[in-house]
Amino acid sequence: MGGGHLPDGGLTEVTAPADVASPALAMPVRGRSTASAVARLIAWRVTGAVVLLAVISVLVFLLTYLSPGNIIKNITGIRPVSPHIVAELRAEYGLNQPLAVQYLHWLGRFVTGNFGRSIEDQTSVSQLFSERVGVTLLLCGMAFALAVVVSIPLGVLAAVRVGGLLDRLISVTSVIGLSAPAFAVGLILLYVFSYFLPIFPSSGSGQGLADTVYHLTLPAVTLAVGVGAYIVRLTRTAMTRELRSDYVTFARARGLGSQRIMWTALRNGIIPVITTMGLVLSFMVGSTILVETTFTLPGLGMLLQSSVEYKDFAVVQFLTLFFATIIVLVMLAVDLSYLVLSPEWRWQLRR
Amino acid sequence: MTADLLTTVAAPGVRARRRPVTLVTCLVILGLALFAALFGHLLYPSATQVNVLQAQLPPGSPGHLLGTDQLGRDIVALSVAGTASTLIGPLVVAGGSMLLGTFFGLLAGFWQGKTDFLLSRLTDLLLALPVVLLGVVVAGIFGASYWWTTVLLIVVFAPYDIRIVRAGVIEQVTKPYVESARLLRLSPWRIMLRHLLVNLWPLERTNFLLNYANAIIAMSALSFLGVGVQQGTANWGRQLIDGEQILFSNPAASIAPAVLIIVVACAVNLLADALNADDRKAAGR
Repeated sequence: MGGGHLPDGGLTEVTAPADVASPALAMPVRGRSTASAVARLIAWRVTGAVVLLAVISVLVFLLTYLSPGNIIKNITGIRPVSPHIVAELRAEYGLNQPLAVQYLHWLGRFVTGNFGRSIEDQTSVSQLFSERVGVTLLLCGMAFALAVVVSIPLGVLAAVRVGGLLDRLISVTSVIGLSAPAFAVGLILLYVFSYFLPIFPSSGSGQGLADTVYHLTLPAVTLAVGVGAYIVRLTRTAMTRELRSDYVTFARARGLGSQRIMWTALRNGIIPVITTMGLVLSFMVGSTILVETTFTLPGLGMLLQSSVEYKDFAVVQFLTLFFATIIVLVMLAVDLSYLVLSPEWRWQLRR
Repeated sequence: MTADLLTTVAAPGVRARRRPVTLVTCLVILGLALFAALFGHLLYPSATQVNVLQAQLPPGSPGHLLGTDQLGRDIVALSVAGTASTLIGPLVVAGGSMLLGTFFGLLAGFWQGKTDFLLSRLTDLLLALPVVLLGVVVAGIFGASYWWTTVLLIVVFAPYDIRIVRAGVIEQVTKPYVESARLLRLSPWRIMLRHLLVNLWPLERTNFLLNYANAIIAMSALSFLGVGVQQGTANWGRQLIDGEQILFSNPAASIAPAVLIIVVACAVNLLADALNADDRKAAGR
């Protein structure tokens, strides 16, 4: 759980009730007509996401005001300023207006793509963002692909023979993975693979695609450990449940091939794995800050960390809102994906 | 609680031979950690004292089993002394979020309706933001102290507890014993505190342990990012950030606290797992 907050899939097998992982099922769906129920569900979820983002944006806006110290100081940083400049800044930021008006102005600027300037190096936030986003995106993408490719088969393998030697081995390994924070794993890997056995570079993000991928391998493995351990536990729990269910017993009794049975079970077992992707993403955003700091990678996580240190508010506000937006949108997409994934819904829609 | 654990372990079964090993190992690790947390500062009273003449000694140097860091602090002494600040804050986090979670979870689950709706949306809000992100931004901007960081983490951890307890309550509320209690016109508070809480205990216990492991990780993550713990304090997360700078001259400076964090978090997670498995077995019988 390298600093994120994931429910530990298998650990809470008995305790974690379905509704923790599937908020959409707890939705108030009234009426008989499926089409209107679906429309209502979508409208309900979209409204919820918009309200959530609005609240987050207010909190992010208030960050500059609630933080200790003078607001002008927060905008200008440590540079000395003359009273003339202070007055100019007050006018520019509309500091003499009521807070609500200031918020709307700020939000307006944000929505139109004017995210302000970094006080650190006076470049615009959008430029900083575009310089840094690539590394983070590639890092998360590589880690996610690695985690999925390795973990889902491992989870299935463990579920096939629950309680067997392989299962125990996989389960214990996944507990270790869940218990290991990204920075601890990162430091150990860094020492082993760039000092003890100097295979990988210890920092930087490299030039060109191939070199970048090479530089990002160790960080991606680090990031994948926590996510992977979580997916293993989740897959194992879901697959165990599927393989014990009546339809599998029935299919076996009817003499269906074991490959075909496994495939069907996997298709159903994968649903809870996909529906917790919002949490997985949230976990990865948290961990990428740690991994980028450990490996000194010039990504968004390190940008956030350094801008908090320098109290570079424009950057902090933008990044917080950016990450929150992405997470809320993914959670929304996951909620709506029930419509496509859940056999019950699919069956109803087809009629 | 220990006696309780041991009697559960004694139950016969196929896996009974394996479980005590895991359980005993976890309890030994946690016992050692508790000892170091309580008495670490007495064992090594001068652990954080700077001694530049003996800086960056490699592991195995005379008198310094794991060497020293760039300020000449002995790694073994620093790690033992850092146990308290690494493990006590998270214990408060897990305890605090359990209390909040139980209180609001009972409210939401028992009455459902409007209270539930409001609480659920509030938990949605906090769950949408990653712990580390929130911690870095809020605690970092406000320059939060150790205990304020603890409070922040309680608030961030609570929504998950609320959800778990709420769902547990909703599951229990339809059971006959609750209906009888209602028929007897017992007050809602009495039902919640005297009847529901007892049945929620296994859930709470598992969740407390999982949260504790997560809080250890989250808090040392924040310390690693320089938030919550002052420079110069003995703390495993802080040791990691300091040790990374001298990773190649004394790897033990950062590897030792990294391994310690992993081992303790693992022990807590496995303990939760083992207790949970016992519960399941008891329920299955």
